[in-house]
Amino acid sequence: MLVRPPIPLALESAALRAAGRLSRVAGRGGGTTLPGKLLWKLDPGAIDLLAGRLPQGSVLVSATNGKTTSAAMVAEILRGRVRVAHNSSGANLVSGIASTLLRASDAELGLFEVDEGALPEVARRVRPKALLLGNLFRDQLDRYGELEIVAARWRAAVEALPDAQLVVNGDDPQVGDLARVHGGARVFGIDDPRLARPALQHAADSKYCLRCGTPYDYAAAYVGHLGDYRCPACGHSRPPLDVSAREIELHGLDGASFTLHAVEGEQRIRLALPGLYNVYNATGAAALGLTLGVPLAEVATGLERFAAAFGRFERIPVGDKRLLMLLIKNPAGANEAIRTLVEGDAPRVAVVALNDAIADGRDVSWIWDVDFEPLLDGLDTLVATGSRAAELALRGAYGGLPRTKIEVVPSLGAALDRGLALTPPGGQLTVLPTYTAMLALRKTVAARGHVANYWENGG
Amino acid sequence: MKIRVGHLYPDYLNIYADRGNIAVLAERARARGHELDVRAIGMGDAVPVGEIDLFYVGGGQDREQALVARDLETKSAPLRDSVDGGAAFLAVCGGYQLLGSFYKDVSGEELPGIGLLPLHTVAGERRMIGDVLLECDWAGRTLAGFENHAGRTILSEGAEPLGRVLSGFGNDGASGFEGCRYERVYGTYLHGPLLPRNPWFADHLLADALAHAGAPTELAPLPDELEHEAHDVSAARARARGGKF
Repeated sequence: MLVRPPIPLALESAALRAAGRLSRVAGRGGGTTLPGKLLWKLDPGAIDLLAGRLPQGSVLVSATNGKTTSAAMVAEILRGRVRVAHNSSGANLVSGIASTLLRASDAELGLFEVDEGALPEVARRVRPKALLLGNLFRDQLDRYGELEIVAARWRAAVEALPDAQLVVNGDDPQVGDLARVHGGARVFGIDDPRLARPALQHAADSKYCLRCGTPYDYAAAYVGHLGDYRCPACGHSRPPLDVSAREIELHGLDGASFTLHAVEGEQRIRLALPGLYNVYNATGAAALGLTLGVPLAEVATGLERFAAAFGRFERIPVGDKRLLMLLIKNPAGANEAIRTLVEGDAPRVAVVALNDAIADGRDVSWIWDVDFEPLLDGLDTLVATGSRAAELALRGAYGGLPRTKIEVVPSLGAALDRGLALTPPGGQLTVLPTYTAMLALRKTVAARGHVANYWENGG
Repeated sequence: MKIRVGHLYPDYLNIYADRGNIAVLAERARARGHELDVRAIGMGDAVPVGEIDLFYVGGGQDREQALVARDLETKSAPLRDSVDGGAAFLAVCGGYQLLGSFYKDVSGEELPGIGLLPLHTVAGERRMIGDVLLECDWAGRTLAGFENHAGRTILSEGAEPLGRVLSGFGNDGASGFEGCRYERVYGTYLHGPLLPRNPWFADHLLADALAHAGAPTELAPLPDELEHEAHDVSAARARARGGKF
């Protein structure tokens, strides 16, 4: 092992911030993780030190789905109360968090969205004072391994932080169970059986009892396997909810309203974001805000101010048209995006972009577990794009869309142009990209002067 | 002609988009004027010997696989009788392992298999993950897919593999072979799912199933440009990065 004389942290930090600027100047994307990667190489322990300097400590947000949106909602709730260091562009591995720490030297509180696989490592280094844990869905088996392995590692991470305040989604059997290994956890969830699904979706992930393997009975299933479950054999069931969303109204693509119930009181909230899954994100963010001591009324105004996180139901004007960008990355998340889209105003043209870089998952089999059919039913044209465009086209074809309605355009820029050409003036083009495709498409649109580059966003 | 498919444990073993395989079989049957009649055969359900032309079993997480293994033992005899009677069978990933004689996990614990295929599986430390490309000499064709397994599957003496590994890990990362083939039973680690980008193999299974049903096995060709394109992209991936930890 290489032994290196210690360099003063301030000097390291200055040099690494310069590296980030250089990376942006050189046009190598946002430079959001390069300084962090260098720091990580030079001195992994420096991240612990940088985090330790934050006067109000750090909070971590993790989940398979919704962590970027939830963390951005928490940032909005905290806006004006405290200066946060927030990895808002989704650089959520150790290196991304290190880069955020380097950039935000005057921050008082760290607010970090964390990759579910990286959570144990980040938690060990950052020693957060609070954690918001949202859900665990099957995602990128080639990268994370099976769901149970991630859940076991989360459990160990939580057990190693006995003094941290824990906020968990009780509607997820694996995540809700963490409240039982950690005293004083705040449990959130949805309580509105009117919005329950008639049945668990195809390929629901955690449908067998954690304790005994018997299929759970669901009094209500809301999103994937999230809901009000109970094991008929051993009685393992959803823990009591401390914070809940009730009397939910979905307003198509325009948003959703719900009543937030908590020990602190209750408050009607209107979100600008659509879909039941965003009600989950908002309820989790509210629970964390309350745990951090934000008054209920401020939690509510913060959530109501919130527009959209990076690439998640984001509307981007392009000339006299606009894009509606919905990130898709795993079956559960994509199903909810499609469900919300179709219940709003089903599009006639969609650009679906499937890449298979590491950050997307090299294994593209997940697209066959997505219920694309409700979207396909209304389409005149599917523009299939990305590095695995042909595979996506096959998904459309075997999903019942006639091959004459499918165009395979592997180049993302060309596919965007094709989609826009098929969109009438004043109209909206629906784009469903995987993660790296979303970044590339935003960059293309930015290069045409339509959207701020992500490293120019506030934060 | 009605082609009767028995989908084993669809609620438990469905991790790698197995319904994609079923969708491809259904559509390719329909395009030739046949109808795929898919019935689920779950926990505690009887196997109707002689009434199923093609069995299908997919992969699951360790936990689901263990739950299924116990039930599968009770179906061992009727499944063997079905196969001896000429029924076709496609087993993918975890389902493939369960058709062998046993699966030994990292702690050394053994999960029983039903011994329909001459092989056994022992879990290794590192998962074998990536795109795979096989040469199936028996068919003169290639198969492109994705593998993700910790199990090292060892074929017994004289067992026929499904294919030779051109790129990727295959059964155990060492033998150079992937999958296993016995009568009309095919076991493989390849998902992705397997059939959309390998239409010749989907048709081969349909022909096997038609043979069991006593029907003519000729299948008219279909326009498979998209399928071939998807196969070629996957094959290129395998050549570029397959078989490396």
